[in-house]
Amino acid sequence: MEYVIMTTGFVLTIFGLYGLLSQKNLIKIIIGFSIFTTGINIVMVAIGYVRGKAAPILDSSDLLTNTSEKIVDPVPQALVLTSIVIGLGVTALMLAYVMKLYQDKKSLNINDYKDLKW
Amino acid sequence: MGKKTLIMLLMAAMALVLYPLYESYQGSEELTELGQYYASNGVEDTGAANLVTSVVVTYRGLDTLGEVTILFLAASVISFFLSFGKENRIENRNMRTVTEILTTSTQVLVPMIYMIGVYIFVNGHLTPGGGFQGGAVIASGTLLMFLSNPNFKISHTVIHVVESTSGIIFVTIGIMGVIMMEGGFLSNKIMDFGTYGSILSAGAIPLIYTFLGLKVGTELSNVLGIFVESQNEK
Repeated sequence: MEYVIMTTGFVLTIFGLYGLLSQKNLIKIIIGFSIFTTGINIVMVAIGYVRGKAAPILDSSDLLTNTSEKIVDPVPQALVLTSIVIGLGVTALMLAYVMKLYQDKKSLNINDYKDLKW
Repeated sequence: MGKKTLIMLLMAAMALVLYPLYESYQGSEELTELGQYYASNGVEDTGAANLVTSVVVTYRGLDTLGEVTILFLAASVISFFLSFGKENRIENRNMRTVTEILTTSTQVLVPMIYMIGVYIFVNGHLTPGGGFQGGAVIASGTLLMFLSNPNFKISHTVIHVVESTSGIIFVTIGIMGVIMMEGGFLSNKIMDFGTYGSILSAGAIPLIYTFLGLKVGTELSNVLGIFVESQNEK
């Protein structure tokens, strides 16, 4: 099971990178970036998985004794929570830049923006 | 030819970098040392049933403060970037008419979505969820309102007041831990732990998550509002 999650994460990472590099439309580049981030988050969650264990929510008295042998790792999940929120902020910021760029040049094609090209 | 090959080469290189990680990975049978510490001492230290919450809010509370700061920074930069003067404003934008299904369902659904958002962040220490998730749900309710009525205006004064008060209260709760000498900055021991598993348990965690949820919800709603408003620019 954990290999399925891990493989999905890596495949999404690679495809996200491909979208990031090959697309010309600015919005599509942002979508590629989002897929890239999602893939990395999935890989991080997969690393914290422990075979056959419960989620780290101790709502039954059964889980309260010998807890460390019964649950998956909570640390990567907490880290991924942080990473998702920051990814959201970065995506919103990129979309704002794209809106400003579009108002300026009326084009979403990245080839039309040559101001910083050398 | 050149560009495509270059992209393919770069992707192959990326796959090569990632492959050893995949190769050496094997599903673990037990927790890491840190995970074991959190698992065996989490309930005693924080009183929260959801261990992810106790890691996010108490053990790594400072990280969460940084995260909130980054989100705030992103929202401020967006509002700075997309703001425009009154003279550039189009008063009445031509828009497609919104169907009656959408307007009616918005009236029914938005209060419920807000309620679910509040439920998620109030119960963050007991069930999956928390301030960030609840805040995102609240913002999705605001998004539905914008979809059903694009001329809908959110009150920036209310948003700014709620957002900044929640932020200040969050930091004040953190400093209270230092003042009361109860385990340092952002400790949840400043309040009674209560009965384990009930809604008023886990010390200050429900309080912190409530204000965090309000802050994130208003912040994201504000970002959505700015995005919609900037469409009115000439």
